[in-house]
Amino acid sequence: MNAQRKLSLQSGLISVLILLAALAAWHVATLPTGGVAAPASTMTAEQIEYQKLLGKDPAAETKKTTGFPTLAQMGATVVKNLADPFYDKGPNDKGIAIQLGHSLLRVGLGFGLAALLAIPLGFLIGMSPMLYRALDPFIQVLKPISPLAWMPLALYTIKDSSISGIFVIFICSVWPMLINTAFGVAGVRREWLNVARTLEVKPLRRAFEVILPAAAPTILTGMRISMGIAWLVIVAAEMLVGGTGIGYFVWNEWNNLSLPNVILAILVIGVVGMLLDLLFARAQKAVTYAD
Amino acid sequence: MPTEFLKVEALEKRYGDAVVFDSVNFGIEQGEFVCIIGHSGCGKTTILNVLAGLEQASAGHVFMDGREVSGPSLERGVVFQGHALMPWLSVRRNIAFAVRSKWPDWTATQVDAHVEKYVDLVGLTGAIDKKPSALSGGMKQRVGIARAFAIEPKMLLLDEPFGALDALTRAHLQDQVMAIHADLGTTVMMITHDVDEAILLADRILLMSNGPQARVAEIVKNTMPRNRQRATLHHDPQYYPIRNHLVDFLVARSKDLSHGRAPATPLEVSPGLDPEPPANPLTTVTPLRRIA
Repeated sequence: MNAQRKLSLQSGLISVLILLAALAAWHVATLPTGGVAAPASTMTAEQIEYQKLLGKDPAAETKKTTGFPTLAQMGATVVKNLADPFYDKGPNDKGIAIQLGHSLLRVGLGFGLAALLAIPLGFLIGMSPMLYRALDPFIQVLKPISPLAWMPLALYTIKDSSISGIFVIFICSVWPMLINTAFGVAGVRREWLNVARTLEVKPLRRAFEVILPAAAPTILTGMRISMGIAWLVIVAAEMLVGGTGIGYFVWNEWNNLSLPNVILAILVIGVVGMLLDLLFARAQKAVTYAD
Repeated sequence: MPTEFLKVEALEKRYGDAVVFDSVNFGIEQGEFVCIIGHSGCGKTTILNVLAGLEQASAGHVFMDGREVSGPSLERGVVFQGHALMPWLSVRRNIAFAVRSKWPDWTATQVDAHVEKYVDLVGLTGAIDKKPSALSGGMKQRVGIARAFAIEPKMLLLDEPFGALDALTRAHLQDQVMAIHADLGTTVMMITHDVDEAILLADRILLMSNGPQARVAEIVKNTMPRNRQRATLHHDPQYYPIRNHLVDFLVARSKDLSHGRAPATPLEVSPGLDPEPPANPLTTVTPLRRIA
């Protein structure tokens, strides 16, 4: 118990140190450096005039920055964005929480629809070796396709960028769930099925009370993988289709050359992705059984 | 001979050209406790699975209570070699799963009372709400036995239920099964590798010859009276004749009776009553004596 606490204390301390070191490195890397241009005193009047024409005033204190936001700028941006995350000032200026909400909604819808299709279908495939073989070539060909490759087709047929985004999430979430469900169902121990058979358990009850709990850990692993992929893909999809969402936010802030906002969005994407994964890890733990 | 409760006729199992067993004929009377002994690969488990309805025989018939066995049924409970408990359910819910299968109309209270009764029968009341992973091997097997008895089947099939247990636990469970059998009078068929277990528990012992083309070669009547006690069993004058007969069969005769050389209709013998084991006309090998 005590050793456990000591271990978590030590690892926590190291984590904090790594964070501090990274922040310090950031700070040092973005420190303003002295101007490399020659000082005004050594220039001729013509040269000074020329420099002024170029928009550089040699008489002014020259401080060259890297253009990368400093820690202070970053902090100010974080505070500003998190202080009012829900504002909505037209299509190109929405709070980060609103953009995040759009992304989460799309992921939720696409993932949910995929689960509704993949889990029952995976059940059937897992129970029927014939169906497994029949569908296997299709799954093997469709699975490695980058979900974004579907985008043009989706945009053309659906004619709605937001629904196309949902479709892309759907198509990328479906495979891990389908394959894992089929795998989990096919791998249910013969002896549990035999118990159900000797007890004359009806097929529906067998599916819900024997096969589903037995395969649940594998199915949830598939769902966790799917959610991870969906969260990766949503950013790219929204960069493509634009309009709303955290991916669009990143691209829009790049166009605004607002790197602090881009960095903030990156951090938010990471944190939300971690929370989603944590959610599924919890669910996975809840259905896992010790044998 | 009285009409038999369970009748097996010309049962045969083959995989392609390989005949595991054929011409398996035997019957079991109601309330009887029968053990099957034979070497690995002779098809004991297959026969049990056919009786359970989990496997199809290649030929032959099984009748129980006058009706042909064609699939699994709640009338035949099975205790599996591995305990086959569902690890995500507690002991209570594992047994309740079986009870609700048999009596789907029962209320939760009825199911619970029934479950508790059978958990108590195998002495696991203290562990009723534990998951199987928290139980020892012997306790798990007891839950499996309680589950099989709880559906109150007409016949119970046990596939080497104590095979993986240590001697002490095994003895304890044998006593428990014997007590439950005496109590409920269920017809029981059990596969075992253990000669002493068979003598302790069984009224009759089916001896299977080796595969391929194995058969039930001989049926040994256990002529020692029921309520046999582990402690006093080996003092019974019948004990060693019976035991030697079984061991002789397993060590020497069973392999000479493979490839269909065993009789299609097994001979029923009572070595406990004979001063000398009967000379078997079908084998030329002199049986080994007093192996153990």
